[in-house]
Amino acid sequence: MASITKPLIPLVRLEKNSLGLTVRDYEGAMSTLCAGCGHDSITAAIVRAVFELAIPPHMIAKLSGIGCSSKTTAYFVRGAHGFNGVHGRMAAIATGANAANRQLRTIGVSGDGDSLSIGVGHLTHAIRRNVNMLYVIENNGVYGLTKGQFSASADVNSTSKRGEPNLLPPIDPMVLALSLGATFVARGFSGDKEHLVPLLKAGLEHEGFALVDVISPCIQFGDHEGSTKSYAFTREHETLVDDPVLLGEDEIIAHLPEDTTTSVRMHSGEVLRLRSLPAGYDPTDRASAFAYLEERKAQGEIPMGLFYVNESVPDVHELNETVPEPLVSVPYERLCPGAGALEELQQRFV
Amino acid sequence: MTTDTRPAPADRDHAVRVNDCALKLANVNGSGSASANMLLMKAIFRMGIPVSGKNLFPSNIQGLPTWYEIRANRTGHTARALDYDLMVMMNMQTYADDVREVRSGGYALYDSTWPLDPALVRPDVTYLGVPLTTLCAEHFSAAREQVLMKNICYAGAVVALLSIDVDIVSSLLDETFHRNARLRESNQLALRLGYDYACSHFDCPLPIRLEPMDANAGKILVDGNTATALGCLYAGATVAAWYPITPSTSVMDNFTSLCHRYRREPTGETGPDGEVQYRSDHLILQAEDELAAIGMVLGASWAGARAFTSTSGPGLSLMNEMLGLGYYAEIPAVVVDVQRTGPSTGMPTRTQQADIVLAAYASHGDTKHLLLFPANPAECFELAVEAFDLAERFQTPVIVLSDLDIGMNDWVVPRLRWDDAYVPDRGRVLDKEALEQLGTFFRYAGEDADHVVARTLPGVSEKGAYFTRGSGHDKLGGYTEAPDDYQEVVDRLARKHAAAALHMPAPVLETRDGATIGVVAVGSTEPAVREALDLLGDSGLPVDFLRIRGFPFAPAVREFLDAHELVFVVELNRDAQLRALLTVETGVDPAKLRSVLAYGGLPMSARQVADGITAGLES
Ligand SMILES: Cc1ncc(C[n+]2csc(CCOP(=O)(O)OP(=O)(O)O)c2C)c(N)n1
Ligand code: SF4
Ligand SMILES: [Mg+2]
Repeated sequence: MASITKPLIPLVRLEKNSLGLTVRDYEGAMSTLCAGCGHDSITAAIVRAVFELAIPPHMIAKLSGIGCSSKTTAYFVRGAHGFNGVHGRMAAIATGANAANRQLRTIGVSGDGDSLSIGVGHLTHAIRRNVNMLYVIENNGVYGLTKGQFSASADVNSTSKRGEPNLLPPIDPMVLALSLGATFVARGFSGDKEHLVPLLKAGLEHEGFALVDVISPCIQFGDHEGSTKSYAFTREHETLVDDPVLLGEDEIIAHLPEDTTTSVRMHSGEVLRLRSLPAGYDPTDRASAFAYLEERKAQGEIPMGLFYVNESVPDVHELNETVPEPLVSVPYERLCPGAGALEELQQRFV
Repeated sequence: MTTDTRPAPADRDHAVRVNDCALKLANVNGSGSASANMLLMKAIFRMGIPVSGKNLFPSNIQGLPTWYEIRANRTGHTARALDYDLMVMMNMQTYADDVREVRSGGYALYDSTWPLDPALVRPDVTYLGVPLTTLCAEHFSAAREQVLMKNICYAGAVVALLSIDVDIVSSLLDETFHRNARLRESNQLALRLGYDYACSHFDCPLPIRLEPMDANAGKILVDGNTATALGCLYAGATVAAWYPITPSTSVMDNFTSLCHRYRREPTGETGPDGEVQYRSDHLILQAEDELAAIGMVLGASWAGARAFTSTSGPGLSLMNEMLGLGYYAEIPAVVVDVQRTGPSTGMPTRTQQADIVLAAYASHGDTKHLLLFPANPAECFELAVEAFDLAERFQTPVIVLSDLDIGMNDWVVPRLRWDDAYVPDRGRVLDKEALEQLGTFFRYAGEDADHVVARTLPGVSEKGAYFTRGSGHDKLGGYTEAPDDYQEVVDRLARKHAAAALHMPAPVLETRDGATIGVVAVGSTEPAVREALDLLGDSGLPVDFLRIRGFPFAPAVREFLDAHELVFVVELNRDAQLRALLTVETGVDPAKLRSVLAYGGLPMSARQVADGITAGLES
């Protein structure tokens, strides 16, 4: 079946961003996912985030692996180059793309199967390298596309559609990321766009690897009673650690009382303000982020928000001191040492 | 200490032979012998004599047997020899085997600090005892030095025995240790100790001896992995991703140091202590595994960089799925496979040409790749550059099949040349202007004469945006499960692959008058084949030789097969992989293709080829 394009006639006068583009300009092909699939809501949140940040569509590179979740790169920003690679390897491919062109705004979309089983090696090492990208895990606790097997994020005793309990302990991508020294660790819920969009925006503005785990219920195989990744279960158990807002540098923040907020200045100059709901939660303190996550989990809660951010760690390019311009735009003349140098360096071969 | 020189039996072959000898040095790995062996090899090279050095080493860091073979030959036949004129026995563990490999009438040098077991004495071999341990214990105080200097000491004895130019050896030591006077002195002393001992105790030089000649003007001594790295540098590769694996590791080690030297730009700023600040024009990523390495290469190439990875068999196996992605989604990639002995982990430090079939069809589904077969380090350089041009021209992975023998041994090859007029072939990439002029861009439509379609790069223009996928797609780039639309694309891919045959490096043809049979080979077996064909030619059997350098096969390959009654396919694997590929891809009658195979992990020797052909003709 060919992909379906969306009708482009705007029904209402649409808001424009600073590039003069509307949210429609950031949409993609029509989704072919099941109606009500959490992944589609995340697509909408990504569209909103890049629209609000006014990122030129052609400067976005969107990459994914294989799975229902990974299909969604086709459903946002049609003006961006997309790369739907193979199962589990998106992080590696994205690392290469980012290596070649550091100016691209790299967005990776993956599933919990794609990221936490077959691709966990690449995810962990992309975190270690601090590749400058937004990495979204659309986390439904199952392999949607292969019809509902448990994924590595399924909770113990969460049940499948057929009622079997999951026996193995889950990998919590947030705890995993924190343990690896990730520089941006956040969780959102596909059912809470207001909370998710600022997280995605902050992740995009973060100079380094921004991991956003989004609980995204699978209508077909994970939204039943007994599943801990259903809409109902997530709504009942979520605990917000923050109420994030990404503000322009000069924007007035009067409506947020100073004493209950933490602000993080992003490399882009923008300021991320987090109104932390648990009083005193400090997203720049890694040890307490760990403790908080473990403590809430023990209480059966699903904490949501920006758990940890560190803007001071160099990304893969800074670490390797590459030139500021994209490697793809370095002219060949500068790359080739020339015949003279070849002649000279062969002195050591005689 | 007594000398062990025995009177030679009258029937011994002790005629003087100049510039034609093979020596083998049996060592313990990790004992520092490599530099002594290299020293000898390099000195012979500087004397202007054709020479080869082959390191037969274990997959181990310290303590196991290791050998180094040097063959000097005035006519340029430097393939691996199978028996040796002089054996330097520095490893008691292997004495028995080493003695056995000395040719009748040959010599065995050993450390006479300890007596030789009489069981090892062969009447047709001359034993040359040099009390290396005693000499070094007397002249060096540090324990480590006493061990290390034994190597240079035996080298000194070999220099005297073969009449290698001692001034050349001495100046090589000076060059190596120009920054360290103390080490320089020690090495020079050790050299003298061995040299003087040999001069005063044996009849130096031996009948097998070396004399300066002039065969190496304009030549260099270099290993293939260094040359490959240079090729990647000159081709303009900016992104490299890899996972360490013998015998390919030195490709990236060399690329890294070359980039450090040639690919950093001063920023104009200085650091806190006034040091010049640099920024790099490259990014080398040590990946978490080979799946990641090829993924990074595909990502970087997709974004428009020249990117490559280097690996060996196990890594190539892991890369399969993504090589298929590169093929189907039409993404350039350069993969250097320095082949080693398989299957599985196999013998990591031994050579083979056993990845041919894997490389040709790597990945599931109908997949075919472009292959290049360098035969020596000079070709590693040339074909590395060619690999990038082909990968971008045809928007597909190119696998360069080198092997351990080429990659890790030093070969005498013509000086590498570079033409400053070279312009990289970046293939059909639409820039912003071209896109502006275009109505609508469709990724897989609009093929050229070679069935190549135009691509676009991210970050250039919204008009060029498309969705790259390894899933079924039609020529517009859209997802498809429709049989006709799917087939239309894969049929073009088959045509594109076939069209590449005309762009691959031409095979190298060597003909002899009256030849009705031929030999086909690739890569490192070339010197053995050429020597064998000289031997056969001298004995009245003219044989033609075609060395293939690329897959898909150029039309000249089929023509060669058709033009000969019988063709021997010489290769370093058990299953006759090149023969299989020739059979499948050219449609030639398999009955006329005979195999000459060696797959024990060591480089091919001329005798194996000649014997294989002779046996094949008799059967
Ligand atoms: C190498 C490989 N193995 C298996 C598959 C089959 N497969 C496709 S999607 C998938 C799981 C996807 O799960 P997840 O990443 O969680 O995505 P979801 O569909 O749940 O969004 C699997 C196992 C494949 N495509 N490739
Ligand atoms: S199977 Fe589940 S994950 Fe896949 S599209 Fe349907 S609801 Fe979404
Ligand atoms: Mg899933």
